[in-house]
Amino acid sequence: MSAPDKKPGKRWAIWLPLVLFGGFFVLVMNGLVRPADRDIESAMVGKTLPEFTLAAGSQERPGLATDDFRKGDVRLLNIFASWCVPCAAEAPQLDQIARAGVPIDGVAIRDREQDIARFLARYGNPFATIGKDDISEVQLGIGSSGVPETFVIDGTGTIRYQHIGPIMERDVQTILAEVKKAEAPL
Amino acid sequence: MSRILACLALFAAMLSVPAAAQDQLPPAPYAYRQLEDPAQEQKAQDLMETLRCLKCQSQSIADSDASMAGDMRNQVRLRIKAGEDPEAIRAWLVERYGDYVSYKPELTALTWPLFAAPLVLLLLALLLLRKRFTRRLPVGEE
Repeated sequence: MSAPDKKPGKRWAIWLPLVLFGGFFVLVMNGLVRPADRDIESAMVGKTLPEFTLAAGSQERPGLATDDFRKGDVRLLNIFASWCVPCAAEAPQLDQIARAGVPIDGVAIRDREQDIARFLARYGNPFATIGKDDISEVQLGIGSSGVPETFVIDGTGTIRYQHIGPIMERDVQTILAEVKKAEAPL
Repeated sequence: MSRILACLALFAAMLSVPAAAQDQLPPAPYAYRQLEDPAQEQKAQDLMETLRCLKCQSQSIADSDASMAGDMRNQVRLRIKAGEDPEAIRAWLVERYGDYVSYKPELTALTWPLFAAPLVLLLLALLLLRKRFTRRLPVGEE
C-alpha cells in the first residue's frame, strides 16, 4: 500500500460526484418533462364480470345485470355520468360504434334519472340498456377508477379490454378491432 | 355591445361547466357514517387509512371527500359489518386495481430491494469505517 498506487484511482474518483449528480439531474429532468401517467388500469381484464343487478336509469331503456353479458354477443360496457363533461365528448363516437352494430350498455355512476334523461336528450342515446349505479358498486367491481371508461365484454361475460377516458375519433377503430378480437373465445 | 354581452355569457357558461362536473346524489349510506360497533369502526378506519383514493391519488380514502372515495368507504364499512376480514377486503381491491390501491408496504419479489438496501448500505458503511479505524494501527510498517 504505497502512495503512487493510490493516485490514479483517486484521479478517477474525483469525477464520481459530478457523474452521480449528472445522472440525478437527468432523472429529475426526465420526470419533470415527461407527463406522468395517472391512469390506473383495471386488473380485471381477462377475468369475469362480477355479479350485479342495476335498476333502470332511464324510462326509455331497461336496467342491466351480469346475465345480460352471457348471451353470446360481444358488448360494450360504458361507465358514464350526466355530470361528467368528457362523457359528452365521446357521445358521437359511441353513436358511431352503436351504428356499427355493437350493443352498448351504459352504467350511470351516481346519477339522477332526470339528469340522465336530459343528458340523453342533448347528446343522443346509443345505449341498449342503462343501469343506475348509485354507490359505484359496479365501477369498483370491475376496477374502473373514473368516468368515462369503456369495457369490451365477450359473449361469456369475460372482460376483454378496457379503454380509459373518452373514446375519441382516433379510438373508434381500436375499439371495433377489440370487439372483433373478443368474438373469438380466449 | 350585445356581442360583448354574448361573449361574457358564453364565458360564464364555460366556467359553469366544470362546476357542474359533480354528482347530485347524496353520499352512500356509510360514506360519512361510522359503524355502530366501535370495534368494527376501528377496524374499518385502520383499513381505510391504508387504501388509496383513486380520484385523488395521494390521499387515502379516509382523507378524501371525492364521491368515489365515499363509495369505497361505504363498501369497506359494509363488508366489515358483514364480518369480512380487513385483509380480505384489501385483497378484493388489489384484485381489481393492482397493488397501487394499497398503501401498506408489502415484501414481494418486486419490493425486496427497498427493504434490503438500507441493510446493505449500513453493512457497507460499517465495513468502510472499520477500514478507516484500522488503517493507522500498523504504524511500525511505514
